[in-house]
Amino acid sequence: MIAQYVLSGLTTGAIYALVALGFAIIYNASHVINFAQGEFVMIGGMASAAFFDAGLPLPVAIVLSIGVATLVGLLLEKLAVEPARDASVITLIIITIGASILLRGLATLVWDKKIHRLPAFSGEAPIVIGSTAGGATLLPQVLWVLGVSAAAVALLTWFFRRTLTGKAILAVSHNRLAARLMGISVRRVLAVSFGLSAALGALAGALIAPISFTAWDVGVMLGLKGFAAAILGGLGSSAGAVLGGLALGLIESLGAGYLSSAYKDVFAFLIIIAALVFLPNGLLGRRAAERV
Amino acid sequence: MFLRTLVAAAMALALSPLAEAQPIRIGAFLSVTGPAAFLGDPEQKTLELYVEKLNAAGGVLGRKLELVAYDSAGDAEKARGYVKRLIEQDKVDVLVGGSTTGETMAAVPLAEAAGMPFISLAGAVVIIEPVKKWVFKTPHTDRMACEKVFADMRARGATKAALISGAGGFDRSMRAECLKVAGAQGVQIVADETYGAGDTDMTAQLAKIKGTPGVQAVLNAGFGQGPAIVTKNYRQLGIGVPLYQSHGVASKQYVSLAGDAAEGVRLPAAALLVAETLPDADPQKKVVTGYKRDYESRFKQEVSTFGGHAYDGLMLAVEAMQRARSTDKAKVRDALEATRGYVGTGGVVNMSAQDHMGLDLSAFRMLEVRKGDWTLVK
Amino acid sequence: MDSSVAARPNGYSKTPRKPLLALAAIVAAMPLVLPNNYTYEVAILVGLNAIVCVGLNLLIGYAGQISLGHAGFVGLGAYGSAILAARYGWPPLVSLPVAVAAAGLIAWAIGRPLLRLQSHALAMATLGFGVIVSIVLSTEDRVTGGPDGMAVPPLLVQGERAWYWIVAITLVGAVWLAQNLIDSPRGRALRALHGSEVAAGALGIDAGAHKLSAFVISALFAAAAGALSAHYAGFITPGKASFLHSIELVTMVVFGGMASIFGAVVGAAVLTTLPQLLTVFKEYEMVLLGAVMMLTMIFMPRGLVPTLERALAAARRRPE
Repeated sequence: MIAQYVLSGLTTGAIYALVALGFAIIYNASHVINFAQGEFVMIGGMASAAFFDAGLPLPVAIVLSIGVATLVGLLLEKLAVEPARDASVITLIIITIGASILLRGLATLVWDKKIHRLPAFSGEAPIVIGSTAGGATLLPQVLWVLGVSAAAVALLTWFFRRTLTGKAILAVSHNRLAARLMGISVRRVLAVSFGLSAALGALAGALIAPISFTAWDVGVMLGLKGFAAAILGGLGSSAGAVLGGLALGLIESLGAGYLSSAYKDVFAFLIIIAALVFLPNGLLGRRAAERV
Repeated sequence: MFLRTLVAAAMALALSPLAEAQPIRIGAFLSVTGPAAFLGDPEQKTLELYVEKLNAAGGVLGRKLELVAYDSAGDAEKARGYVKRLIEQDKVDVLVGGSTTGETMAAVPLAEAAGMPFISLAGAVVIIEPVKKWVFKTPHTDRMACEKVFADMRARGATKAALISGAGGFDRSMRAECLKVAGAQGVQIVADETYGAGDTDMTAQLAKIKGTPGVQAVLNAGFGQGPAIVTKNYRQLGIGVPLYQSHGVASKQYVSLAGDAAEGVRLPAAALLVAETLPDADPQKKVVTGYKRDYESRFKQEVSTFGGHAYDGLMLAVEAMQRARSTDKAKVRDALEATRGYVGTGGVVNMSAQDHMGLDLSAFRMLEVRKGDWTLVK
Repeated sequence: MDSSVAARPNGYSKTPRKPLLALAAIVAAMPLVLPNNYTYEVAILVGLNAIVCVGLNLLIGYAGQISLGHAGFVGLGAYGSAILAARYGWPPLVSLPVAVAAAGLIAWAIGRPLLRLQSHALAMATLGFGVIVSIVLSTEDRVTGGPDGMAVPPLLVQGERAWYWIVAITLVGAVWLAQNLIDSPRGRALRALHGSEVAAGALGIDAGAHKLSAFVISALFAAAAGALSAHYAGFITPGKASFLHSIELVTMVVFGGMASIFGAVVGAAVLTTLPQLLTVFKEYEMVLLGAVMMLTMIFMPRGLVPTLERALAAARRRPE
């Protein structure tokens, strides 16, 4: 039975990982926690479903929805985050929360309040690991989610370490003034990071929809869990985000299987809090030295 | 700017109750947004549609109907506030609403204190048991759903069952009722798992159920996305025993979301879902096909049993007013309690002083999903 | 921070007393303009939210900490008193203070380890606390009635008008208490902490102890408001402790103005009544609420009251 629990944990964990990555990217550039991240995921899912239901082939629908989400992310950065860039952390948090409410409201107006689905990318036949009678099963879609997460981490690591834009984003996150003095456009960096995060969130939404459907309010819980995963893994680290996501999924699943399914979320949060008390920067977070 | 809005609002408040006693005011508080939008949205649409139709046909008692509806978003505190507003400020004649049990129960003390007839659209049995003077309800209770499902399980030879439910009010309430009545129905609950709101995968819980010895049937008490995910996970794990859902997912949406996995799933539901396939002699046939046609042609959406409950609520209120020949709250209440043989989308309603819902187990039909559509189980 | 830091002869600033009198006057005069019970209900809700916000402001605005789970304390106070009164038959006059004290104790117990965390980790930890409370309240349905809630026995009196006075007096008392706290040596230490924890430490201020006391006091305020609201409404649901409610409370504090006690009251007033006013817009309500939140934070990042105070001060200084 543990095999199934592990696979279940990987299923949910993969989803959390992708959402957490989005949090990590924006945090990397701006030290802002974007509470509207969950809504990017929702837009990805809902827009894909809308385009698909309108008759477009699935890949086209997904690409278009990523485009829509990226646009929303750029607009959010331009209209809401940039004008308030010197405000306190908590003010920015409130702004992104306001944005999430706004986006949810728009979703009910642009689309509807129903639950939508997307077809699985490579079919629904479960993959059986072990003997057919007692083995554990995994949906092929989960492999897509895991695969894309891994590819995303690899790409992002390359992006942050090897490309000029990526390095610029890291520079801004370490020391904004110095980066500006070096000629880096902070505005561009913020825009890129929001756009990238939104695109990734939307892709996550499209990948998840075949497994757990999509609706105007899926962003709330996913955003919350994604945030928890990002903090657990260590904000500012892409690999940390993915690790945090997988860890969270596994804790929930094992907790449900071996302890009590009613309290699995409670265990998960207790463990996260305990982890934070002993490792305040998360599992993979760099210990930040604060200038006095 | 805020000050100006406040002044404007205050002026509007002061000027509004210019003794317009002419229209009959139907007050509604529904979860149009929020986690229970699934319920409130079709309810609101139904009320709007039928208030319009009734007015087009000349109104009630020679007066027009006016719908005053607020969105309580599934929040009991908001519901309380809106009910107060409906009673004190909008001065409505009857209250129809409370999409969820939490919102309904928050409104109950207010309706009782104000002597306002209140027809609830929520599911839990606690709404009408113990009976409250001014509170009625139209949906079948969750206890009835449990009894119907357990009876069907027994008919198929299953005496040991597993329960899986979500975290919402509907889920928890139905789970509690099922645990209570299982024994009397001859079914033993051998496993009891839960999942959370917004959960994306229930294979862990289902694996636990699959591993429990002696499970002969599984009942999923929930609504929204959860049951659809449970159904897909159920097939993914290859669990062979029959799966039952609750009336919370009695809608085409559930079938289309769960896809092929829903084949063979049974659930108790109102006749509304199988309107066309009902035999002509069925007492409900005319009402349900009429409602289905009106709703679907107007809103281009599948009809839902929740909208049907709102239809029943409105019609019961209107009928009671017509029988009482007045909108006096006490008279309407008495007339509601005296409802006999009213044919609605939920079933045939026979109220009494002890029974403020009026439906019996025959109002629930057992349906099975076959080839992506509902069929009646004989 | 707050505008009272004007030049004073002795070099230390005391928060002005006039606004407190103004608040008391407004609160006393309100019943003259409230037309019906529904408006009284809104006023009571504003008052209860304001009590929580005044306490939360001590933590966020003055001590500079973050709490995304404060609704958890509201829920603990509410359910604590409700369960003791309804299930164990305690008289509400006893169950209320006991529940509030218990919530304070819990805050003290979890505060010490949690407050060592900084910024985002603290946000997550407090968020987790709130979610845990909310789930437990929802799951233990035999005691709490589950997600559908439970009925609560009344405290002393019933009815909107009587409760208006109870809440009003409690609110004025809470504001008075908060002002005294801010003016005390403890309060000054808190404000120093907010400026720089390291510098304050160098001056001999025990950061941990002061943060903890701010946390516990804000928890007590929240629990008291929660318990009062439970007995007033006669009914509670776990939604009181939900994450969304925690966010609403933080928004009220930030919106009204951090490190401004009256900002907290104003923030509570505006954001409690705003949805009631926006309801006329039906399906656009969410969009408008989100837009209002964003716009006010973008254009008034310090919050409503401090921005207004500055504007007034600037206007006064301008030579006419």
